[in-house]
Amino acid sequence: MISSRFSKLLSWSYLAALYGFIFLPVAVLVLFSFQDGRLPVPPFNGATLKWYGEVFSDSRLMSALTNSLMVAIGSATVACVLGFCAAYGLARFVLPASRLQRGLLIAPMTVSYLIIALGLLTTFNWLGVSLSLWTVGIGHVVINLPLCFAIIYASMGDHQKNIERAARDLGAAEWQVMTQVSAPMLMPSILAAFFLSVTFSWDEFIIAFLLSRFDVTLPVEIWSMLRSGLNPKTNAVGSVVFLVSVALLLILELIVFRRTAKK
Amino acid sequence: MTAPVSIRNATKIFGDFTALDDISLEIAAGEYIVLLGPSGCGKTTLLSLLGGFLSPSSGTIEINGKDMGDVAPAKRPTTTMFQDYALFPHMSLRDNVAFGLKMRKVGKAERHAKAEELLDMVGLKTSANKKPHELSGGQRQRVALARALAVEPDVLLLDEPLGALDLKLRRQMQDELKAIQKRVGTTFVHVTHDQEEAMAIADRIVVMNAGRIEDVGSPENIYMQPKTIFTASFMGEVNFIPGTFESATDSTISVKTSLGTVELPEFECRGFAPGASVTLAIRPEHFRASTGTGPRITLGKAKVEDGSFFGTHHRAHLSPLDYPNMTITAHMPQSAIIEPGAWVELTLDPTSVVVLHGHPPRPTPESAAP
Repeated sequence: MISSRFSKLLSWSYLAALYGFIFLPVAVLVLFSFQDGRLPVPPFNGATLKWYGEVFSDSRLMSALTNSLMVAIGSATVACVLGFCAAYGLARFVLPASRLQRGLLIAPMTVSYLIIALGLLTTFNWLGVSLSLWTVGIGHVVINLPLCFAIIYASMGDHQKNIERAARDLGAAEWQVMTQVSAPMLMPSILAAFFLSVTFSWDEFIIAFLLSRFDVTLPVEIWSMLRSGLNPKTNAVGSVVFLVSVALLLILELIVFRRTAKK
Repeated sequence: MTAPVSIRNATKIFGDFTALDDISLEIAAGEYIVLLGPSGCGKTTLLSLLGGFLSPSSGTIEINGKDMGDVAPAKRPTTTMFQDYALFPHMSLRDNVAFGLKMRKVGKAERHAKAEELLDMVGLKTSANKKPHELSGGQRQRVALARALAVEPDVLLLDEPLGALDLKLRRQMQDELKAIQKRVGTTFVHVTHDQEEAMAIADRIVVMNAGRIEDVGSPENIYMQPKTIFTASFMGEVNFIPGTFESATDSTISVKTSLGTVELPEFECRGFAPGASVTLAIRPEHFRASTGTGPRITLGKAKVEDGSFFGTHHRAHLSPLDYPNMTITAHMPQSAIIEPGAWVELTLDPTSVVVLHGHPPRPTPESAAP
């Protein structure tokens, strides 16, 4: 009796420790964003929303937030379109060295963001392209394309191949098959790829830092704020970033996975 | 709309496998043709050649007198009804059926009206707003038929359309398919491996085996006057009695078998030479009691080994007195009393016996049933 109670206690405390390990940093971050004082460190002096007020009235932070959203949505859209086209081509046609091509498309996943950023930086310098949000966007397409390709490619089965064949048989041209049959049919996985890409782009720092100059994304702006020391305002903006990521994941869960489960 | 189809010397080779070997077939406009054969016989390959999903290694295919050599599936006057229906899962039934018309740039109102008309024909008018996943297998099948017919093809290709349905629904859909075909008049080419389905539905059956056409004819002809041992065994249960052709007179032929010499009326001389190996093919239902009118011949007495009741008849295994190693399957009348060990007379109408070239590859008639 006692031993079973003890083991139950042990397993519950293990669970608590596990989630504590994962979520404690975030919880502390969010908690001290409400800190009524100059420093986001214990003790907690009481709750205030003033730091959030400062975040939303800080024009540099707000423009960085807009930049982040533009880069995230733009790069995710491009990555999904390219990923879908690549997946369609490789899944539906006999192409030379298709295994190698698949490998090459997925390979960037294994390369660290730092190396990708350095490579792109060198390339842009060599080509004489000046750094801007566009170059950040291109960098995010590079990192998200393999993900989009892998997710969409995995969902293309033989059953859908027959459905596409039926569409062609009924007179659809190839682009009509892609836009009216394949893409709508694969929409759950395309949306999953899109929202994951948006989330990754939204959080990404290294590429955004190395490939941007005057206009920066939110993580880069936060980093430059951090250089002037800890401040509950950085906690507040960090909480906003976290909240947006959670919101994106919830959308993904609700729209995409629920839709897939229904079928 | 409807059109004749003409297949001339079509051959299809995949690597070192010959899927179709010099096939020639003329299909009349408005005909219901069933391509029948075991899996791997080339029937689906032939259908894919007609639909344009494959192109022949050699030979030509003409639809309505036009060579289809370089014509893509989308441009052919054919549509295909796929085995797994291949409905568009994200579209309503109305949009599914109207898809082909949309691709032909038919206006929205017009194509929706046409789609609803076709859904009405297959009995699904009230479900036009549903999605395919809300339907049963038989209903999906009807939608697939409506979708394929919406663009008014000259030729409808059906790839094992009833394969995924249970038996009762399959029989019901056979009747519907045939009725709809008669109504719209389109040439139907239907692939199946089910010989009962083929007989129930076809105007003409094309029996295929190993990439070749074994036999072509009406269901009655194919069943009762098969031209080859393969066709005879594929079309249903049959007893093969191997023998040797002895002689022919003006009115009769005689064949020597292990059950004695059998005299048969000469109905069609197929160039048998004396001494040639032949096989007598006899359907189980052709064994009849010795009473009755009409010509009768007998293969001697046989002992009943066992019997089982099938509702419409008793199916019995018999071993002939003259050659006990042979097993004969016979259908006896419902009212017959089948007792193992009893002796019966193997009486039959000589006109129902078919004489075929060669000997069956396997000696027992049992193994010949598909």
